[in-house]
Amino acid sequence: MTTTFLASIFILSCFIGYLIIESVTPALHSPLMSVSNAISGIVIIGALSTAAYANGFNAEEIISLLGVFFASLNIFGGFVISWRMLKLFKKRKQK
Amino acid sequence: MIIYQELYIIYFISALLFMISIKSLSSPQTAILGNNLGISGMTLSVLATLLVLPTRNDFGILTAGGVAAFLGILWANKIKMTNLPQMIALLNGLGGLASVLVASAELERYTIYSADLVIGIIVGSIAFSGSMIAFLKLSNKLNIFAFFIRTRHIINTCLALAILILSIEFALKANLFTAYFLILACFAFGIGITISIGGADMPIVISLLNSLSGFAASAIGFSLVNIVLIITGAIVGTSGLLLARKMTQAMNRSFLQLFFSNEKETIQNQTNEQYAKTGSPEDAAFLMQNANSIIIVPGYGMAVAGAQYALYNLMNLLETKYHVKVRFAIHPVAGRMPGHMNVLLAEAKIDYNKILSLDEINADFENTDIAYVIGANDITNPAAKSDSSSPLFGMPVLDVYKAKTVFFVKRSLNAGYSGAQNPLFFADNTLMLYGDAKDVTNEIISYL
Repeated sequence: MTTTFLASIFILSCFIGYLIIESVTPALHSPLMSVSNAISGIVIIGALSTAAYANGFNAEEIISLLGVFFASLNIFGGFVISWRMLKLFKKRKQK
Repeated sequence: MIIYQELYIIYFISALLFMISIKSLSSPQTAILGNNLGISGMTLSVLATLLVLPTRNDFGILTAGGVAAFLGILWANKIKMTNLPQMIALLNGLGGLASVLVASAELERYTIYSADLVIGIIVGSIAFSGSMIAFLKLSNKLNIFAFFIRTRHIINTCLALAILILSIEFALKANLFTAYFLILACFAFGIGITISIGGADMPIVISLLNSLSGFAASAIGFSLVNIVLIITGAIVGTSGLLLARKMTQAMNRSFLQLFFSNEKETIQNQTNEQYAKTGSPEDAAFLMQNANSIIIVPGYGMAVAGAQYALYNLMNLLETKYHVKVRFAIHPVAGRMPGHMNVLLAEAKIDYNKILSLDEINADFENTDIAYVIGANDITNPAAKSDSSSPLFGMPVLDVYKAKTVFFVKRSLNAGYSGAQNPLFFADNTLMLYGDAKDVTNEIISYL
């Protein structure tokens, strides 16, 4: 797979990101940011694969595991906090 | 290898789930679904990776992930809604740090030059250290040294040059030490550019940092040839950037001004001689119960005082006992993160049909009896429209001054974050209520 191909995927994704965010209501800006923040924890996949290819317990392995740790914190913390926020918005709707 | 092709398809499905997740967050009806889709996408790609990759150290990975999950869930459940902005800043920083760690792990294996890794390191490190500064500032744990404020442009320029030189050095001769120096220089640069930003600019900075950690993940995706990282990072990156741009527009500023504006001198002396009328909570209660309509304008001061529940009680009493129409007006940059006020008012169970944005409500101030400004300042400053020398000039503001009576709940007559004095304090129809946002509101309630 060439860099050109990856670059075109990147550019298309940027365009999609632009389109899906355009119509969001200001009231939901906080949860939106919080969810996208949690989603950026996807870098955990990177940490998992570097951990997988490490040769034994060396610097590469330790650094990867730290990466797994911080990315998971970002993911779990981010989704829980978004869920708490969204629950607040939901309650009002039922009234 | 077929199994990798399948992994690839699963990654693509996860990326699609993330797209739909973010899209679903644009309306309150589907927002919870959006969060769940995000969780599904994440679970899917992590599980698939764990199953497919030949991991020799499952125990280490599960321990690291498990401890982080435990701490993250515990902490996110305990934190108070008022402290949300700093929590989001901190989490975002950890995401940036994770990108830097992945890049370092790759370099530990093969120290060869690759442009995507260098970009990932630079962007991720800046996102990390910048978010940490934002976190410290938002939790009021940081005092800036005056020396730094005066010399920061010079220091930042030097750091930017250092980053450039180290990147070139690394490209010419890939060396692990160069890479680690590069990371350190980027950490310092991230601190340098965020340390002097604060107050009303915070929502913009937070969404910019959010955007950076997305792009960092994307850059890592290039070097690992991982499609889910590239797509997801790009979407998070552009959405953060767009959100930040919406907010700079709401403040009539540019990104350049945000980072390079000169230190704001507090311009207060010329107007301090003027006389501001002081009201009492009793007067406020009397006027409020005889009013037809009231618009409440909350700002960061409401968040600090935790006054949202008191506001709910005030609204409830006025509506049920005195049949007053109560609404809330939210400026796009009120608070310290995008949508900050909306979350807090939602926490106090205030109906979201009563919470209106700048465009929706601004024309109504004319026909409103009372504007109750609680913990906000710059976003109501009429000088933004009339006085071209004001630092706020051109920023869209809430036309609070058009209301028949304006109550300002503030601790003092000090200028707002922008450094601009608010002429509204001295207007004939303005009454100041000095004190803590929550205490003053509760006092008014006690007279109703």
